[in-house]
Amino acid sequence: MNGEPIIDVRGMTKRFGDRTVVDHVDLTVRAGEIFGFLGPNGSGKTTFLRMLCGLLRADDGSGTCLGHDVITESEAIKREVGYMTQRFSFWEDLSIAENLDFVARMYDVKNRRQTVRKSLEQLGLAGRKDQLAGQLSGGWKQRLALAACLIHKPKLLLLDEPTAGVDPKARRDFWDEIHHLAGEGLTVLITTHYMDEAERCHRLAYIAYGKLLTHGAVDEVIGNERLTTWSVSGQDLAKLTEQLRARPGVEQTVAFGNMLHVSGGDAAALEQGIAPFRTDQYEWRQVESGLEDVFIHLMDKSKDNSLS
Amino acid sequence: MARFRAMLAKEFIQMRRDRLTFAMMIGIPLLQLILFGYAINADPKHLPAAILVADQGPEGRTLFSALQNSGYYDLVRRVQSEAEGRDLLARGKVQFVINIPENFSRDFIRGDRPALLVEADATDPGTTGNAIGSLSTALNTALQNDLKGPLESLAANDGPIDLRVHALYNPEAITHYNIVPGLMGVVLTLTMILVTGLAITRERERGTMENLLSMPTRPIEVLVGKLVPYILVGYVQVTLILLAARFLFNVPMFGSLLLLLLAAALFIVANLAVGITFSTIAQNQLQAMQMTFFFFLPSLLLSGFAFPFRGMPHWAQAIGEVLPLTHFVRVVRGILLKGNGIGNIAPELWPIALFAAVAMFIAMKRYRQTLD
Repeated sequence: MNGEPIIDVRGMTKRFGDRTVVDHVDLTVRAGEIFGFLGPNGSGKTTFLRMLCGLLRADDGSGTCLGHDVITESEAIKREVGYMTQRFSFWEDLSIAENLDFVARMYDVKNRRQTVRKSLEQLGLAGRKDQLAGQLSGGWKQRLALAACLIHKPKLLLLDEPTAGVDPKARRDFWDEIHHLAGEGLTVLITTHYMDEAERCHRLAYIAYGKLLTHGAVDEVIGNERLTTWSVSGQDLAKLTEQLRARPGVEQTVAFGNMLHVSGGDAAALEQGIAPFRTDQYEWRQVESGLEDVFIHLMDKSKDNSLS
Repeated sequence: MARFRAMLAKEFIQMRRDRLTFAMMIGIPLLQLILFGYAINADPKHLPAAILVADQGPEGRTLFSALQNSGYYDLVRRVQSEAEGRDLLARGKVQFVINIPENFSRDFIRGDRPALLVEADATDPGTTGNAIGSLSTALNTALQNDLKGPLESLAANDGPIDLRVHALYNPEAITHYNIVPGLMGVVLTLTMILVTGLAITRERERGTMENLLSMPTRPIEVLVGKLVPYILVGYVQVTLILLAARFLFNVPMFGSLLLLLLAAALFIVANLAVGITFSTIAQNQLQAMQMTFFFFLPSLLLSGFAFPFRGMPHWAQAIGEVLPLTHFVRVVRGILLKGNGIGNIAPELWPIALFAAVAMFIAMKRYRQTLD
């Protein structure tokens, strides 16, 4: 992807009292990109999105969003951004059609009636358009929210954990839709907790404790971290976990069902560390580090930094 | 028992966290104690009275000092004509005009029972009732001293003077003539502040505010768009009360209804501004309701709607003068019962306008275009 930068910001900072929630985050997202924004709860993802679309005033930072100054021109940015909030934020006591119509009016959409009708048809909700939004299930609410965010044909979509609490089938449909939209040139910045969703992004960034720890394509993010991972299976992995954690070279152990991922930054030290346990009792196999291994590693590292 | 104690502990923790509710639970009883205990007095004294003196005889002075001594009357000014006296009554500047006609002393001494005319602003029968009731006793007692010697025989008859009380605007002392017009202001205060407070905090509580703010709107569009429906609701209320006043309670309507509707617009705006201000402070709908009540209580008690304004101590009157309801109650009663025109109600309109402007300024200052 080498499109023009849609989001290009430097040093974005937000403090609430003496707590720095977003700490000098630089980010560039290019046109047509699906950019995943990952990080644990409370890491500052939502705050960052809100600063981008003018819902929160940044305490520091500069740059552009859709070519407009991100600090001073939030009115212009709002017109071209579709922002989907984490919690369903449309009017539950309005019907589906009324919600879409209201949003269309707020954005001064041309040919409003037609646009709303088309949106209802695409949603597959034309037959239920008079149903109150509050009566919809989680999956349908999410689809309505997406349709409403798209009604003014934004150039940038900011999606804040759009798939939280949505069943796997609806999640997959949702992602298909996102890829379809990106194919048409829409730029998407999406926050998520799910690793499978992270892997569906063209590029991603990982944020923890307000700091941007890494960014790039999935394989770049994994490669940059130079993490070696072994997978082990066998009896009583809980006991093994405790024993491994005490070993030098073992930086983290993560349980994956009947397997345990054992990782460390120094491949040689890790191999020495696990050597005493490579018995018949366990089956060891070196595997490629996954995103989850990398993110947990990143988070532990930054926790150590923020504590020291 | 353990679960009961757990429940108890949880409730106390939550009560302590919700500072505003806690403050209200303590604050509202305190407010009620102070207002009912110190401010409200159903037997108002020291009511302002104007005097119109056409006779310079000594009996006039005796009467004036008798009125002053009764405690009910404060002779605050002297007027030159009946018309001037009527004007003061219409504007509510004085409660009474006491008229001592020409040749009062001469007729008195002759035993001709001269007339003493007392005109009262009786819109609120509760304010004037006791003062009027005390009148004849006070006057007769005072004149006892003058009825010594040759005049003694006068005291025996119907009384030495012919006391004529004109209870203006509400001659039959019908309480609902006073209450029903005032109620219009009370109803508007409560509903206008409450609904605007709730309308905006509801958006915040349900999370839809974030959505609204992410759209390219100006605060003025959001606020005005939110308020106009409630202005209409306010007018529905005004109409209902006017219809009830007319057809159920036969309240007289001497003034211009158009003027009343215009004054109501100003009053509604003032209350909506208070509602918005509350909604910018309140975190949720419950707090908005509590704040409304906290504002409504003094309005109800100190405005002169429920209790005589002039019966209250000065500090309470000072607070009352700030509240828009106080002035609106006077406007409505003035227009309906007294037939007041714009000239007479203007002194009550500008305080409402000032209040509205200040409240609107605070509301605009506090209304956030962001979630900060």
